[in-house]
Amino acid sequence: MRYIEQEKVVRRMNGRMIVNRIFQGLFMFATALALLALVILLYRIVSQGAGHLSLDFLINFASRFPAEAGIKAALVGSIWLMAVVAPTSMILGVGSAVYLEEYAKKGRITSFIQMNIANLAGVPSVVFGLLGLTIFVRTLALGNSVLAAGFTMSLLILPVIIVAAQEAIRSVPGELRDASYAMGATRWQTIVRIILPAAIAGILTGSILALSRAIGETAPLIVIGIPVIIQFLPAGVMDTFTALPMQIYDWSSRPQAEFQTVAAAGIIVLMVVLLFMNSVAVFIRNKFDKSY
Amino acid sequence: MRTSVQEMIAKSKDKKSKKIIEKLIPVLLFLIASVSVLTTIGIILTLIIETLTFFTRVPFTDFIFGTTWLPFSNTEARFGIWPLIIGTLKITGIAIIVAVPIGISAAIYLSEYASDNVRRVVKPVLEVLAGIPTIVYGFFALTFVTPVLQSFFPEIKIFNAISPGIVVGIMIIPMIASLSEDAMSSVPKSIRDGALAMGSTKFEVAWKITVPAALSGIIASVVLGLSRAIGETMIVSLAAGSTPKFDGDFTGSIQTMTAYIVQVSKGDAGYGTTIYYSIYAVGFTLFLFTMAMNILAGYMSKRFREEY
Repeated sequence: MRYIEQEKVVRRMNGRMIVNRIFQGLFMFATALALLALVILLYRIVSQGAGHLSLDFLINFASRFPAEAGIKAALVGSIWLMAVVAPTSMILGVGSAVYLEEYAKKGRITSFIQMNIANLAGVPSVVFGLLGLTIFVRTLALGNSVLAAGFTMSLLILPVIIVAAQEAIRSVPGELRDASYAMGATRWQTIVRIILPAAIAGILTGSILALSRAIGETAPLIVIGIPVIIQFLPAGVMDTFTALPMQIYDWSSRPQAEFQTVAAAGIIVLMVVLLFMNSVAVFIRNKFDKSY
Repeated sequence: MRTSVQEMIAKSKDKKSKKIIEKLIPVLLFLIASVSVLTTIGIILTLIIETLTFFTRVPFTDFIFGTTWLPFSNTEARFGIWPLIIGTLKITGIAIIVAVPIGISAAIYLSEYASDNVRRVVKPVLEVLAGIPTIVYGFFALTFVTPVLQSFFPEIKIFNAISPGIVVGIMIIPMIASLSEDAMSSVPKSIRDGALAMGSTKFEVAWKITVPAALSGIIASVVLGLSRAIGETMIVSLAAGSTPKFDGDFTGSIQTMTAYIVQVSKGDAGYGTTIYYSIYAVGFTLFLFTMAMNILAGYMSKRFREEY
């Protein structure tokens, strides 16, 4: 008795190959569609905004007149914001990761903290805005300052930094740790002199990617009441400010068509900032990444 | 005089400052690690307390059963949440229709068909798509997708549910594609090779072996995408309008929960007004929706995971 009917297999083979081809084409088409969306988006924005880009655009304040509108206050404001978010979120994020990976005993509390971090990452950014509004703006009376916005953003990207730092720390081989202890180093010495230097590339890369998310976030800033039209630069962290995405949001939502060009130019500036941050992250990853 | 290593270690062990540091650091780090827990507690407490204040002014039943959302009316303000939920569901529904077929197809293509070279190029490009700020997507929806749709279907208004729905879908494609691809790639090669050796075509391997084996991960990715779409704020604020409606119309202006929060925050609803507290009630509803989705996704990927 034959288990395989040769003729039947041969007869059906053609059809099966055709189905395979058709679906391969469909799957490829879908992938291409996603990539096409990116190309159209970038092309539209560059073609709309490039004409408005000039040195004046970078050094002018916002204006009622589209032709004179500039992005200075927003650009400087975003840099101020990052000056608060970067140290705050990195100290909290790396500290949490070191605790979870190096000190915490595997148990209920640790897995609770871990689960909490995963859930926190899924909370919509606008809800973080409500948290910032209540805690930082009202209860701690920081007002709509750089500090209030910076703390809110730091909490928003905290889960991302913790997870990235944890992965980086986990990828440091155990032998390095053992060798350090064997030489008589204490736990903290091992962490500061061995583990963190070995994990620094991963930590920095993850942190920069998280910061580039913070620099593009708009919703929390709107909710905590960051203004748009500002004709001065903040002098300190307690001053109010505006940020790139806020300015872009304001220009986009204006009815005059001319402001759309201005908004597109603003988007180009934001994307260049993002591109710069991502390149730095890639550079760090390639330059300092030691493989063990 | 030479000191031996043992002596050096013994000497350094005796240093008091060092002992204190070794004791203090874990405590300090524990406090830092608890910030993330405090954030969650802060979010929940904030939402609950302000929402309770809201319910002292607007009856709870009016809020969860009401089908009229008219917060800015001077004479007869109404706070029935359903129009905002319907608005959110419209956007989410369109987004899922766009993102699920494209995202999962891309994942199958990348994990089953694409060569390593193609994968090395496509995956980072999809990551770029994921890294674009939502405000940029919002601008794209308002200034490109809506006019294009209008040229085909003139009945579509400048603010509508379709255009932002599609763009939210584009935004969550990378997320669904990359999480599904991760799930499919973790299916062992030996199973795939077994099917191929039995004479299966690549499509049969994908459809009958890989996808069923990775189903829990794929579903989890879709649920996470849903949660992202529900919480998406800037695209809908810019392109969907601000008209809370309790109907099935997709071509006109609508309002989502997130867009309402932005609308109130942008205006100057004074601190302490009912409208001010209403954004917390809406935020709480939104939080519950996304939290349910996130827990469901976590449960799906744990419960139905097939171990090899």
